[in-house]
Amino acid sequence: MEAAHTHHGDTHGHAHDDHHGHKPSGLMRWVKSTNHKDIGTMYLWFSFTMFLVGGVMALIIRSELFQPGLQIVQPDFFNSMTTYHGLIMVFGAIMPAFVGFANWLIPMQIGAPDMAFPRMNNLSFWLLPPAALLLITAQFMPGGGAGVGWTMYAPLSTQAGPAMDLTIFAVHILGISSIMGSINIITTILNMRAPGLTLMKMPLFCWTWLITAYLLVAVMPVLAGAVTMTLTDRHFGTHFFNAAGGGDPVLYQHIFWFFGHPEVYIIAIPAFGVVSQVIPAFSRKPLFGYASMVYATASIAILSFMVWAHHMYTAGMPVEAQLYFMYATTLIAVPTGVKVFNWVATMWKGSLTFETPMLFALGFLFLFTLGGFTGLVLSITPVDVQLHDTYYVVAHFHYVMVAGALFSAFAGIYFWLPKWTGKMYNESLGKLHFWLSLIFFNVTFFVQHFLGLAGMPRRIPDYSLQFTEFNMISSIGAWGFGLSQLLFLYVVIKCIRSGEKAPDKPWDGADSLEWTHLPTPAPWHSFETPPVIK
Amino acid sequence: MSKKWMHKSAAAFALFLWSAAAWAEYKLNLQLPQTVLGEKIYDLHTIITIVCFVIFIGVFGFMFYSVFKHRKSVGHKAAQFHENTAVEVAWTLIPFLILIAMAVPATGTLIAMRDTSEPDMTIKATGYQWKWGYDYLKGEGEGISFYSNLSTPRAQIDGTDVAGRNANPHYLLETDNHVVVPVGKKVRVLVTAADVIHAWYVPALAVKQDAVPGFIRDTWFKAEKAGIYRGQCAELCGRDHGFMPIVVEVMEPAQYTAWVAEQQKKMAANKVDPNKTWTLEDLKAHGEKIYAQNCVACHQATGMGVPNAFPALAGSKVVLGPKADQIKLLLAGKPGTAMSSFKQLSDVDLAGVITYTRNAWSNKTGEAIAPAEIKTARN
Repeated sequence: MEAAHTHHGDTHGHAHDDHHGHKPSGLMRWVKSTNHKDIGTMYLWFSFTMFLVGGVMALIIRSELFQPGLQIVQPDFFNSMTTYHGLIMVFGAIMPAFVGFANWLIPMQIGAPDMAFPRMNNLSFWLLPPAALLLITAQFMPGGGAGVGWTMYAPLSTQAGPAMDLTIFAVHILGISSIMGSINIITTILNMRAPGLTLMKMPLFCWTWLITAYLLVAVMPVLAGAVTMTLTDRHFGTHFFNAAGGGDPVLYQHIFWFFGHPEVYIIAIPAFGVVSQVIPAFSRKPLFGYASMVYATASIAILSFMVWAHHMYTAGMPVEAQLYFMYATTLIAVPTGVKVFNWVATMWKGSLTFETPMLFALGFLFLFTLGGFTGLVLSITPVDVQLHDTYYVVAHFHYVMVAGALFSAFAGIYFWLPKWTGKMYNESLGKLHFWLSLIFFNVTFFVQHFLGLAGMPRRIPDYSLQFTEFNMISSIGAWGFGLSQLLFLYVVIKCIRSGEKAPDKPWDGADSLEWTHLPTPAPWHSFETPPVIK
Repeated sequence: MSKKWMHKSAAAFALFLWSAAAWAEYKLNLQLPQTVLGEKIYDLHTIITIVCFVIFIGVFGFMFYSVFKHRKSVGHKAAQFHENTAVEVAWTLIPFLILIAMAVPATGTLIAMRDTSEPDMTIKATGYQWKWGYDYLKGEGEGISFYSNLSTPRAQIDGTDVAGRNANPHYLLETDNHVVVPVGKKVRVLVTAADVIHAWYVPALAVKQDAVPGFIRDTWFKAEKAGIYRGQCAELCGRDHGFMPIVVEVMEPAQYTAWVAEQQKKMAANKVDPNKTWTLEDLKAHGEKIYAQNCVACHQATGMGVPNAFPALAGSKVVLGPKADQIKLLLAGKPGTAMSSFKQLSDVDLAGVITYTRNAWSNKTGEAIAPAEIKTARN
């Protein structure tokens, strides 16, 4: 194995020297790029753009819900906004953001020059813009966007207008992109580690992506199958989801959630990875239980395949099935708890400092755990039957996705920005961004728990008067949260243009290869000769 | 655990989270349950929330202790310990045991929730885009059947009557026909749908069941107290998903009996004499009512529809074309669109509504469609 690794490292190093000695410049540098850093950068900017697009949609939703009555938009458009807000945030913003991290970091953290399949890497990125374009164009189809919810339940989706077809094709393309990205990540991690860097010595971020990539390869084809069945039901006379033709609308939900639940962890697990790098670095103390973190992550991934129907407790299933899915779902709390305890134990008796990445990691830890607890409440079937499809669920998954995945992405960006750009961001502005995000996030979403408990259903453009106060608070919070993200954009641009020069290792406790073995900013081909890991 | 204690601790917990006491308790917690099962669910939620809260305080007590005591700025030097098998086994096993303790009461409640056997009466609820239809299938009131539409005036929704909206305590939660049931009786609800998936959700009765087209699901409740309980469709079902409420009125048995008698009288009166000869004016007047109940949400009162979503009927080729085609369209629906089949309406209703559309707005065909024509077309 040792020799094989060395060999790999060498060939790749030379191959790149031969073919890519000169960088193309201008637009072509990006269009034709096979470099993991350029592609990572494109992923991150793409995802931020989509984050703004999805964010504008969220603000349209929250503005309409500022007070009862229909003021700004009509119900069809409102439904379209909730649908594409979900699709764009999940597939366009959060997932590509973490693929961007993977591109930037995996080769550096395992001592490789680049990803295993650089050309495929280029293609998997460049599939994203057309998919995004389809999702946006869908708004302008006759009848407007498909107001079917991001879950695209049949038969509402078989009834929807032509925008639905564009949406289905967008999901296909995004799926192909994700699968190619995952194959690349798996191959890179399994084959291109530096000599001596065994799997159990890898930084946790690489571990979380290895597991996530397997999840993606397993479930994206399932989603593609579900939407293809919708497509053939719509146009080619099949009746998969039509009871009149011998099908079953609930079949769609089973297939969708067999994808959908692992999808939740596809978003969360890389976020765990980022936080697992950041917390030890600012605690100046190694991760408390490295091995148990790896096992817990793997357990969560495996369990995620066995709990899908907890999204469907009210859809109708035998009581035995409900009991099974309840027990299996509560079980996920065990490995998730192990992770949270590990992060806290890592901080215990450390020497803590609170730069922006650490603040975001702690924000993640605190609020993600809160989202985990509401998840536990929802896992109890009788309670879920009450809360299913209410704002309680909306609050729950925004705690997990926004305060979880998004905060973790912010932590990662502030953490690695010096390594990526060679410059330091403005610490005070970074901290301001954190506190604004933290406060407005909670103003937006904490009150939604109360709305859900009181019985306000999700995806409604208008509501009865008893929900007014909390909706107002939530809408104000949403605007605050949205505008705070423009500050983030400013901080990043300011850092790139006029940040102070960053040292090779600005964070005392950072200990993975990109910090210990590479200069700042990281060189074009990362490791041309693999480092030797003892 | 006593009910009172439960409510008190829930309130205390809510107050802790949200220190402004100005908001009444019902807004911070589940609606007060009106069934025994609902109370069990309410208590389950309270217990789990408290357990979570205690763990939360514990874990983040450690974290914040660390944040304040183990910071570099107070001169704390980092220890380098990691991994401790005893601790790791403990924090795996203890949560597992807590979960088992939580699953036990949940299991009992869930099994009770799903036991729809031996009901005192059975009602079928059918979701339509966008209203509910109810059929009393068994028990006192058997044979009663009606639709239930949102009764909030359009002007309150679109903002032309904001004062009316603000004065309306049941804005969006009111219907023209309530589902009436007797107090203390086990009511089994068969839930289904005609077009897309809806969900029948009444929080105070602790029921939520998806209405799946082509399949029948069931749920049940037994209200302990007379009163009016309001809920909404909980599954996204298209444009007017937010505008198809559910209002359940629970009555004392004697009142309920009177209600049943009244309904049966009404139904007998509405029963149309099969030998009646309908004039154009009769049909048009009847059709206008049917139109308001079934068609207006999409095709609009003006007959102009909604551009790019729902076609206009005024000047429509179908409405002004051969009547056989229009009859066929109403009976079969148009697959792949929001236009579902309306064959559930009676011959007179369909004849009326077709006559109405062919003679309303700019449409002036002067044709009357006889109920008999619908009957023939059905076969």
